[in-house]
Amino acid sequence: MYVAVKGGETAINNAHRLLADRRRGNRAVPSLTLDQITEQLALGVDRVMSEGSLYDRRLAALAIKQARGDLIEAIFLVRAYRTTLPRFGHSEPLDTEAMLVQRRISACYKDLPGGQLLGPTFDYTHRLLDDELDGDPQVEQGGQRVESHESIARVPDILDREGLVEEDYGSDEVAEPGDINQTPMSFPLDRSMRLQALARGDEGFLLALGYSTQRGYARSHPFAGEIRIGEVDVEVFMPELGFAVPIGRVQVTECQMVNQFKGSAKAPPQFTRGYGLVFGQSERKAMAMSLCDRALRAEELGEDIVAPAQDQEFVVSHCDNVQATGFVEHLKLPHYVDFQAELVLVRRMRAEHEDRADVASAEVREAAE
Amino acid sequence: MIVDADVLEGGFTNPVLESQSTFRILMDAMARPACVVRIEAAIAPPATLGIAAGAVACTLIDADTPYWLDVVFESDALHRWLAFHTGGRRAATMADAVFALVGMPCAMPSFDRFAQGSHEYPDRSATLILQLESLDGGEPFTFEGPGIKERATIAPRGLPANFVEQWSANRKRFPRGVDLVLTAGHELACLPRSARLISAKD
Amino acid sequence: MVDDRMTAMRKDRMAVLARGSTARLHELWRAVGLDPAYRMLRGPEFGLVMLRGRVGGTGHAFNLGEASVTRASVRLEDGSIGHAMALGRDIAKAKLSAVIDALCSSDDVAARIEMAVIEPIRAELNEADETMRRQTAATRVDFFTMARGED
Repeated sequence: MYVAVKGGETAINNAHRLLADRRRGNRAVPSLTLDQITEQLALGVDRVMSEGSLYDRRLAALAIKQARGDLIEAIFLVRAYRTTLPRFGHSEPLDTEAMLVQRRISACYKDLPGGQLLGPTFDYTHRLLDDELDGDPQVEQGGQRVESHESIARVPDILDREGLVEEDYGSDEVAEPGDINQTPMSFPLDRSMRLQALARGDEGFLLALGYSTQRGYARSHPFAGEIRIGEVDVEVFMPELGFAVPIGRVQVTECQMVNQFKGSAKAPPQFTRGYGLVFGQSERKAMAMSLCDRALRAEELGEDIVAPAQDQEFVVSHCDNVQATGFVEHLKLPHYVDFQAELVLVRRMRAEHEDRADVASAEVREAAE
Repeated sequence: MIVDADVLEGGFTNPVLESQSTFRILMDAMARPACVVRIEAAIAPPATLGIAAGAVACTLIDADTPYWLDVVFESDALHRWLAFHTGGRRAATMADAVFALVGMPCAMPSFDRFAQGSHEYPDRSATLILQLESLDGGEPFTFEGPGIKERATIAPRGLPANFVEQWSANRKRFPRGVDLVLTAGHELACLPRSARLISAKD
Repeated sequence: MVDDRMTAMRKDRMAVLARGSTARLHELWRAVGLDPAYRMLRGPEFGLVMLRGRVGGTGHAFNLGEASVTRASVRLEDGSIGHAMALGRDIAKAKLSAVIDALCSSDDVAARIEMAVIEPIRAELNEADETMRRQTAATRVDFFTMARGED
């Protein structure tokens, strides 16, 4: 129960002022520029874009600066800003096969068309802190190698040729995909709406759930069929022109997880797939998303639902960190009246409990005497 | 590709302010059923569509709210005008429409053929924007209900002949049902589903 | 056929304008020396476009998340109409891109703008793409089999 109370305006104003002061920190240290954030904290920016569900590097950088580096607070700011803008429409589905690839690896095939392209990865670093970065060392440009413009086929398409992987969902546009921003969620959600929720879901939450599937909670024998990062063209159909207009490029990370599947009454033994697609360079998130997507297909594939990662209501209802933080943090709001009521209740129960104890001990005494 | 320039003209000259002020007027009108108000927006919809209906369409319709046009309005030019100025797209079927623009209400499909919402989500129903000959001079209808102090009477010309039966049926579906925005030229009045028709005369 | 070719050219021009930097665009535009009078038909305005992906990369469409965009539509005094939409929030670029789109209704002007503005930006963008491809290619793994030492 909430009761309106007034007061605290001065305290709040001063708290805002103090927050701004602390955000700026020591004035002898130069203020961060948004360019510095987008260029040098790029992966933090990417996380804010994907979980804020808004592709705009500069806005994400601004949010990070304003939130003092608290990424969930920054995501919250971006989500709030998003609601102030009108929606002009939707893009044509992004064509990840036509991606300008910056990284592409497969754990299933060693040699594959286009090759294993490591790109700017942390994978082979030794995770030793580099003292030199304490300063501003000269950094050389990335090396170059003449490139053959070989096409980089998607790995599931390669598996597909053997017929050992499930067919993809038909590409014929049966209906407009559902949008969790517009429709109140009612379970079960179809796969396209689940993917939308996962795409903006909390990286840590999805990572933990993906991990749980590997540890035996909904085991699905995953292989990283392919991970690719790069830029894709965005096109938007403009009715006044009658064709789809190119409006620029976005960077995305795509993960195709390939999972062993014993088969069911309906389907023969084959590989099944889990899919992850995320804004920016967010490999861990894309992998976790594809593990969760596969686990959430349990019902469709006739598997028993035995683990949290397979329960779509559990996963989808709790993966949004803006919702989660709102509900957890609302506990900070005054609950004075609630608490008073609880106090009265606990005191009464305590009194009753003590009365019962007195009666019981009196009975014991009487019996002993 | 040369596009017929007319369909690109005639939207709000200042979309943000004009859609906000139209929305405010519309909201007040919805809160005071059967009360006639005037829309003075700088808008020039294609010939068949009136100022009030055009302003309401440009204020309410967007990319997420499919609309439907009746036979009088149904034209490529109007679809293109709405697409350009509102981003809206036509509904696949009448029942999918969030908004319906009706140019000849006396011959329109019955109200129950539009989305009625569900008991859980009564808001998932259609708002019908009716363009009439005029909002006075017709048969008077008197309403009562939320937002009406005692009684309110309106006498629009051009409503469906069986309006009384249809409106009672709509009222019986409450909280489901459609809401009406009646327009004529610059004028507008609303009949939300909560308005109860008490008599056709008086 | 002519229409298809015109549309392809227009799309290509729009792609270059959408991806090019505002500063570079303005610099090249100033050198062209055109400054037509125009009227806004819509915008310039910020908004969102819902970006869509496909389930599994090739299946049904799904909503991935939104992107900020800016759009503008203009009409020149001779009646030509131009449209522009680009990712990001750059009002000046959207307006200028729409004006350029409108001017390109005339083949002569289009050819002039293509040469002076579009082609240089396109070349720079292609060069940047090529550099990225080469840098990525330099991280390609060349597997080799270790000698077994049987001799």
